[in-house]
Amino acid sequence: MTILEIIVLLPILAAITIAFGAPARATSLIAAIGVAICAFVTAMPNHFNVSKEGVSNFSFQYFGETGFQGRKVFDIDGFPDISLAFGIDGISMVLMLLTAIVSLAAIWISPKEDAIKGSSKLYYICCLLIGAGAMGAFLSTDLFFLYAFHELALIPTFLMIGIFGVGANRVKTAWTITIYLGVGSLILLLGLIATMSGLNAETFDIPSLIAVARESGMEQQAQMWIYLPLLIGFGILVSLFPFHSWAPNAYADAPTPVAMLHAGVLKKFGLYGLIRVANPILPQGAEALTNLILILLVGNIIILGLVTIAQKRLDKMLGYSSVMHMGYVFLGIASGTYIGTVGAVLLMFAHGISIALLFALSGALRDRYGSLEFAKLGGLAKVIPAAGLLFGFAAFASIGLPGFTNFAAEVMVFFGAFRDFDGTFGPLQWATILALWGVVISAVYMLRAFRNIFKGELAAKLPKVSDLNWAEKLPIFLLLGTLLLTGFVPELLIKYLRPALEGLMVAVGG
Amino acid sequence: MPVYSLEIIVVCLGLLMLLIDAFANLSDKRTIGYFGVLGLLVVIGLLFSVEWGSKDAATSVFWKFYAFGDTKSLFFKGIALVSTLIVLIMSIDFAPIVMAQTADPEEGAHPQAGLGEFFALPMFACAGLMWMASANHLVSIFVSLETVTIAFYIMVAYLRRNVGSLEAGVKYLILGALSTGFLVYGMTWLYGMTGSMELPEIGKILASGEVNRTGALFAFALILVAMAFKVGAVPFHNWIPDVYQGAPTPITAFLSVASKAAGFIVFLRITALYLSSGALVGKVTVVLTVIAVLTLIVGNFVALPQTNFKRLLAYSSVAHAGFLLMAMASAPQGALKENAMSVGDVVSFYLGAYLLMTMLAFLVLSALRTSITGENVGSFAGLAKRSPFLAIAMLISMTSLAGIPLTAGFFGKLFVFKLAFDQEQWVLLAVGIIGACAGFYYYLKIAASMFLSEAPAGGTTTAIRVSPAAGIAMVFLMIAIIVVGINPTMMMNLLR
Repeated sequence: MTILEIIVLLPILAAITIAFGAPARATSLIAAIGVAICAFVTAMPNHFNVSKEGVSNFSFQYFGETGFQGRKVFDIDGFPDISLAFGIDGISMVLMLLTAIVSLAAIWISPKEDAIKGSSKLYYICCLLIGAGAMGAFLSTDLFFLYAFHELALIPTFLMIGIFGVGANRVKTAWTITIYLGVGSLILLLGLIATMSGLNAETFDIPSLIAVARESGMEQQAQMWIYLPLLIGFGILVSLFPFHSWAPNAYADAPTPVAMLHAGVLKKFGLYGLIRVANPILPQGAEALTNLILILLVGNIIILGLVTIAQKRLDKMLGYSSVMHMGYVFLGIASGTYIGTVGAVLLMFAHGISIALLFALSGALRDRYGSLEFAKLGGLAKVIPAAGLLFGFAAFASIGLPGFTNFAAEVMVFFGAFRDFDGTFGPLQWATILALWGVVISAVYMLRAFRNIFKGELAAKLPKVSDLNWAEKLPIFLLLGTLLLTGFVPELLIKYLRPALEGLMVAVGG
Repeated sequence: MPVYSLEIIVVCLGLLMLLIDAFANLSDKRTIGYFGVLGLLVVIGLLFSVEWGSKDAATSVFWKFYAFGDTKSLFFKGIALVSTLIVLIMSIDFAPIVMAQTADPEEGAHPQAGLGEFFALPMFACAGLMWMASANHLVSIFVSLETVTIAFYIMVAYLRRNVGSLEAGVKYLILGALSTGFLVYGMTWLYGMTGSMELPEIGKILASGEVNRTGALFAFALILVAMAFKVGAVPFHNWIPDVYQGAPTPITAFLSVASKAAGFIVFLRITALYLSSGALVGKVTVVLTVIAVLTLIVGNFVALPQTNFKRLLAYSSVAHAGFLLMAMASAPQGALKENAMSVGDVVSFYLGAYLLMTMLAFLVLSALRTSITGENVGSFAGLAKRSPFLAIAMLISMTSLAGIPLTAGFFGKLFVFKLAFDQEQWVLLAVGIIGACAGFYYYLKIAASMFLSEAPAGGTTTAIRVSPAAGIAMVFLMIAIIVVGINPTMMMNLLR
């Protein structure tokens, strides 16, 4: 049993013990804290050979010497070899930390057992499984299990939104997200099978697949046709425009921890898939479709940004804003440059933490006022000052103000797009310039939301409520602290990304 | 111990059960059922200890009708035995309903008269199914198929005071007899064209190309009609919903799993002869592709609006037949790579997974039937609160049927899709993916009803009692679905 296996399996074991009668909240919290501790132990610098350039390679034997190699738990022979294997490199390290932090905060902020309508066991089991699914997907070195772990979260999400969701439309929303993501996964599966068949590969092991791909020299046309279903499949999971319509409603109607986990962590799976699988295996396919990706991501940023401004409810606005911000990550990936890709991964982390923070706060408001319509709220900073202050921080982080990780990440993404700039404006540069306007758009809607809810006259007919309690404050502090820490010292995360992405960029040839 | 002794033991068990029923004065005839369960457990144990190709028998003239040394036939024998075992467990719980629907108005009769046969008949069907798995000769295929079908005619119409059951029985009898006619006629043509009754011999003659192509294809078409009826492929699927709905629940389960599996192994055997013949393979593949596309579309899309759970499972069984046919239509030609899965492996694996998940669904359904009236999806509302165990069991079964990863059903579909991809069957793939998407909806509809809907006001909320045997079977199936879903090697090893 290695530490990575513990990180993935602990929540699943906890879920099973809860099913057999263990106290739900206590067990879940212990599992989440255990995972977080293991994750930080893994990230401790003494496990790496730190050289002047940063972290060069991982010295744990099962981390592999050149990066993303897994230690096999078991093999499945026959149909191209599949093995359950967990491994880690810089990219998955950052995402593992993200998952551990957000899962801990999400479980911490979940209501006490007696405050849950319906089965509290089911509630916590589902939360644990969603987190475990994301964690397993980020740590699997085998393409098959990377896919399968992500699907582990599908049914729990369906049940969570359908049973514990808010609003009259929750069952409809649960159906929409499940069918949408189910279709996305099937298209993705088609793409993965196409990859296997196209490469004529005998294994699902990702590093071997990349090696096979580099030798095979598949034609660009063929690569493009295989890349397309992968892009659509991953794109649906990340809510790439125009496949985004499942996301805002789902986040608005989901219970707080599910919105945090899904928007913060699970959605990053599609981006991770592109960086980890699609681009290194099919670099020319990615190149051929760059312009398409650029158009779609501008759709994400500009069109959905404007849609976000038009929202009249905080939860839906956050849902749309989370969809919109995916555009920046796509931009970083599409830039194909080293600095842009580092920025993209860093932005995945930053966005995951900041959106989880925003959903945690909006959940707290919803619990207190029962409604998140801007028209019905106002002047709350006088009533609940702590919530107001924290929301302000979260909003600034989301806009990308300096001092938060989002800033560092977005700057790197924009620089990455202009790195190879030679004086002629290509599609990439135009997309970047349009994307820069997105920052203005985010500032407009975030600041407007902050003003509408917390500033101005105190709205009439509001129930009397108390400010955030410690069970809410602590997880929020955890998220905010992470954002500030990595915002001031982004090197804390970039040192992991540098060696991993250098290796990967060689594969892409960028 | 030679392989064929297994069938002999099962037949003897069935006869013994009839004798016990007739001569031992049992106060509770369910004892016969438990006797059958124990007997089958022993036979399943023996399955792992049989001698593979006992040489004398394999070469003797008498045993030419029997395929020795074929691991797949052993796997299918296992499917037949396990499904009969679960059917018997279900039947024991189902006994009160059987008694209510068969009660004899005559005075002085045993209160459970007619129950003993209900447990004995599946044993004979099982023996037929096991033989079918090894049948290697046209006559032996025909006789074993009829052994099974005739047992099913009785079982489907067993609830003789229930109009639905009788209707199902008549429909099954008439259409079954018709399909038998097609089968015999097809076999005659095949014999006429090749001059042999033995499958290996026929295969050689077809592959040599010295055969009248039209005649051979005509024979294939006739046999295809009969086999499509057995496995429920469109356009010969019309009997399935009515018969599934009307038949007693355990028998429906038996029909949908064991009968389909046996149909597929025969179908596979005969089709394999044609697929190995260079001159015929093109036409046969086209026909199979068309049938597979139709079956996938009809099965998946007609399942969408179904509200009766048994009818929904009936269309789901049609849809799964579609996926299996998709595999058969994508049979790779030429030599296989080492370790690659052949069509036979894929179909067998799929059927094994199908056994696990469908039997689990029917076990839960028959447990529910004792306390919930009606088989409508809506009547499961609020089950998650009332009986969390049954709800979770059903959820696992449905996710597996829908083909969500980390369940056995997913690997079944994955193997089929991979096969179709390698053969560049794009139309089939597209239809298969669309069908699988539709499956997401209608299978999760059951889960949604159990978990998301509130129980109707005023209904009972006490937990539903599950008999120990059924409970053990459910736990076993749930674990098997997930274990095979994580590591399919366990089931693949049984195939090799």
